Amino acid sequence: MEKALVINPDKCTGCLQCELACSYENEGVFNPSKSRIKVFTFHQEGRFVPYTCTQCSDAWCQQACPVDAITLNLLTGAKEVNENTCVGCKVCTISCPFGTINYNQNTGKVIKCDLCGGDPKCVSACPTQAITYIDANQTGMEKMRQWATETDNSPSNSAANV
Amino acid sequence: MHYMIVGAGPSGVIACETIRKMDKNAKISLISGQCEPPYSRMAIPYFLEEKIAEKGTYLRHDENYFSDQNIGIVSQAVTQVDSSNDNVILANGEVLSYDKLLLATGATAISPPIAGIDLNNVHNCWTLEDARNIAAKAVPGSSVVLMGAGFIGCIILQSLLKRGVKLTVVEMGVRMVPRMMDDVAGALLKSWCESKGVTIMTSQQVTSINAVNEGLIVDLKDANSLNADLVICATGVKSNIDFLENSGINIDQGIVVNEFLQTNINNIYASGDVAQGLDFSDQSQHVQAIQPTAVEHGRIAAINMVNNNCCIHRGSVNMNILDTMGLISTSFGQWMGVPDGEQSILLDKDNYLYINLQFDGDYLVGVSSLGHTQNIGVVRGLIRGKVKLGVWKKRLMNNPNRLMEAYLASSLSQA
Repeated sequence: MEKALVINPDKCTGCLQCELACSYENEGVFNPSKSRIKVFTFHQEGRFVPYTCTQCSDAWCQQACPVDAITLNLLTGAKEVNENTCVGCKVCTISCPFGTINYNQNTGKVIKCDLCGGDPKCVSACPTQAITYIDANQTGMEKMRQWATETDNSPSNSAANV
Repeated sequence: MHYMIVGAGPSGVIACETIRKMDKNAKISLISGQCEPPYSRMAIPYFLEEKIAEKGTYLRHDENYFSDQNIGIVSQAVTQVDSSNDNVILANGEVLSYDKLLLATGATAISPPIAGIDLNNVHNCWTLEDARNIAAKAVPGSSVVLMGAGFIGCIILQSLLKRGVKLTVVEMGVRMVPRMMDDVAGALLKSWCESKGVTIMTSQQVTSINAVNEGLIVDLKDANSLNADLVICATGVKSNIDFLENSGINIDQGIVVNEFLQTNINNIYASGDVAQGLDFSDQSQHVQAIQPTAVEHGRIAAINMVNNNCCIHRGSVNMNILDTMGLISTSFGQWMGVPDGEQSILLDKDNYLYINLQFDGDYLVGVSSLGHTQNIGVVRGLIRGKVKLGVWKKRLMNNPNRLMEAYLASSLSQA
């Protein structure tokens, strides 16, 4: 069964452990600015919202990539950036309507959540279970994906079989 | 069913793949006017910079990719479409028939009509062949004059500098990237380039190019002539539609298409840089000539070819991201604003940071920026999703940097 990240902002305390775990796992440093999951702060509402890639099925980043550097990991369902192929043109970063694929100026490549190959470190780092990794079809992820297709409402709605 | 796709750029390749996913048995032919495997122009600056080899520009990397997908590649230009007989005629005289045809023939670089534009060391920067020529001639210490500071001109600046050339840019418009950036951003971009040792002449024009001895002399409208070893012409592109004269297909600036990306001929569709598709922002039909639109078109056209116009194209957001020697700029939608619209601007000249949001009532309709890259895709989400901003309108007016928060708060409540 394919699993997905499920984020429940109500449980998030804004401790940023997820960002530290992510940047350490993927970049080798404890640096939230290099994290692929970001916690957004809403002071007025006293609310924290962790947010990262939803691994959409018809991924805009993947389609927009001119050199086929973003591919599907068949085991995890993640869309992964192949660092050796990415030329750093950044077209994916403007194509993703969620803003969850970003340019890393240090490497000249883009980075995005790859579910840590099936063992997402943000999940194990989260002390309040605001981020969990569970069966994909039980999640709100479908709702998110649905919204993704609405956003650019053209192909996906009518092409569920594509 | 025989689907024929003419043009092996991103739009044509995505179309082939989309058709193949939907119909395992269809015959698919991809007709390519170039003798190279399908490649991406977006990767050419990185080839020039020697960050990647030629192969790194290929759209798909596995050598057998297209044959494995059972997509037949024909390396011949199409010279004519005979729509009444469902045939295309190839440069070698061969006639191929189709059931459904997609024209994704892209665009070609244009050159201004000036004396000397055909000289040996004057090149466009559009095809892989152009890039090979530039790579061979832009050697350390050589003088290069770049005509045009538009998207392509700017995106190759870094590659040229890394090749160790002495660089002068001549732009006709009053600022750099005039069709993507306002005066403020254009001026900042110019001072950034100058700080890196590039000479930028705006409101200036090359009037002729002359060969003298081994080199070139480039005459300017309002300034002294320049000596150059190489002139690169990046002054614009036009859709490849010339071969469609007398085809019965309606053409204007590009191929005229309806909301299904279908031409006036039922079994012929068009996509990408050759299609005069719908612009999401002003709902007008024009050629955007950008990569994300090319793939969006390719996919939608393919779905409609297979499933009989089941998928409406509601318009593509015009958008660009440009890396000019490390200064990253973006523009989306109606970045120039709309009548009676409002704007929210934050400028930090010293650090080359600029963000300009344009609103129409409760909606974000355009953005331009310098030095902002994180989460920038949400701009597309906010514009294309027509996300009603509510209280976030005022918050963005106060602080345009809070786009991601505005998006999360507004879109998740609407999801």
